[in-house]
Amino acid sequence: MAQVETQTQEYWRWPVYRSTVPDKDWHNASIITAGVDIGSVGSKATIMVDGELYAYSVMRTGGVSEDTAIKATTWALEGTGLEIGKLHYVVGTGYGRVNVPFAKKTITEIACHARGAHYIYGPTVRTVLDIGGQDCKAIRCDEKGKVVSFLMNDKCAAGTGRGLEVFADLISVPIQDLGKVSLSVDQEPPPVSNTCVIFAKAESLSLLRQGWPKEKVAAAYHAAMADRIVDLLTRVGIEKDFVITGGVAKNMGVVQRLERILNIKPLEPKIDPILAGALGAGLFAKALYEKEQGLR
Amino acid sequence: MITAGVDVGAKFAKVVILKDGQVVARAKALVGFDVLKSANDVFETALKDAGLSRGDIQRVVATGMGRNAVLQKPPINADEAVSEVIADAAGACQVVPAVKTVIDVGAEEGRGIKVEGGKVRDFVINERCAAGAGTFVEAMARALEVKVEDMGPLSLKSMNTIPMNAQCCVFAESEVVSLIHSKVSKEDIAKAIHDAIAGRISSMVLRVGVEKDVVLIGGVALNPGFLPPLEKELHTSIIVPEFPEFVSALGAAVIAANPAR
Repeated sequence: MAQVETQTQEYWRWPVYRSTVPDKDWHNASIITAGVDIGSVGSKATIMVDGELYAYSVMRTGGVSEDTAIKATTWALEGTGLEIGKLHYVVGTGYGRVNVPFAKKTITEIACHARGAHYIYGPTVRTVLDIGGQDCKAIRCDEKGKVVSFLMNDKCAAGTGRGLEVFADLISVPIQDLGKVSLSVDQEPPPVSNTCVIFAKAESLSLLRQGWPKEKVAAAYHAAMADRIVDLLTRVGIEKDFVITGGVAKNMGVVQRLERILNIKPLEPKIDPILAGALGAGLFAKALYEKEQGLR
Repeated sequence: MITAGVDVGAKFAKVVILKDGQVVARAKALVGFDVLKSANDVFETALKDAGLSRGDIQRVVATGMGRNAVLQKPPINADEAVSEVIADAAGACQVVPAVKTVIDVGAEEGRGIKVEGGKVRDFVINERCAAGAGTFVEAMARALEVKVEDMGPLSLKSMNTIPMNAQCCVFAESEVVSLIHSKVSKEDIAKAIHDAIAGRISSMVLRVGVEKDVVLIGGVALNPGFLPPLEKELHTSIIVPEFPEFVSALGAAVIAANPAR
């Protein structure tokens, strides 16, 4: 009798990581700050020396946000000789920003993403699209990285990372490969429902049963996601330069489809775009510390 | 005159056979991958129950999401296809002649219909979001590890009101899991789930206005946990007819019997 294999792999589970920027040292720095972005799905901590990225970590948000905040920051500091107590100023942001016990201040993720995008991509950025775990924001900002206006969808999983996690499990493809898989079709199929992940999932399942290959179903799903995000972007209005931040910025299937539909090429990130919110928080932390110390 | 109504829904196919205004057979079954075959099987069962053959049925009207699958396709060979809204209104008027508002909550859609003298005056539909349909309760039952048919009775045991913040099925699943972790009882969570869906359905129905008699139909009407919060939200008593999930199919059969309407 054939053995039934049970699914043990968690296809939605994306890799966690930390890193220290080489050739940087905190010993000679005058201001050491941290930005801690507790997202609905992922948590990010950035350590900044004199307003420059020094170390960071990216991990999954756990059941208790306070623990996650401590874990993420401690992990980012690992091997640097620094500890949380030595940080001059910490700003919390993201969905769980009130749960960062060692943060002196909290700032909304909208402001932080605009500020962080300004740091990653430079002062020419005017439109930031942040696609996170449970929401999607379209932010217009000025040359200083200040928010001019924004729109967000935080009510519905369609067009968010969480929707992609659900889909990764459905077609048994690791989430970090999904985008690439979705691009390996010769012709773009019509999109599935772009208003509800549950309906999109049901439609995808029926397409798989009809014999569609995984790649084609993935293309239909990503196309629906791109359509949904374009709706939001169009409402806020796109001005160049256009950039994408958040975890989904790493999904080429979404990014290239957005590029195709909008006919605008987003700038290439020089730093991991998932860090944008935490970077913004770390920069605000520096400014707040300087103000507190009467340095400016 | 003998007619039949076939309602091919997102989840179940339902058939009603009507003889001179009296229901002589009802049958339902899950819609499988092959929609046409599922509908045909249910139709066969209903015919057998009534002791009839296809030739005895003078007219067949189809409705529901999959209505076009059976339109002029043997063996059902439906003569006509009508929208769910039209069939709902006709069916509700048949079971509750004084009906003014029909609320139909199915597996994947929710509808609010304003009816006057058997005619549709206005309607609203949610067909875009699973959080406003039966799928929501099903998904939450999975997260709660409770059978879907136990959800309603379970919720009726709770006296507490716990707000659910998530508007989306996917997000609500995570919220249910975190409620379980924070030791909220299954009864309280089940009630929160029913309060949430009742809130969404009522805000949709209020867009067409609510006037008595109010009739609740569709598969979700079988869930006893849904009625109390819906009545509370809409500040009105609501009639749930017998066999609420067959009302749309009944409406189709009534329409089939009155081709000149």
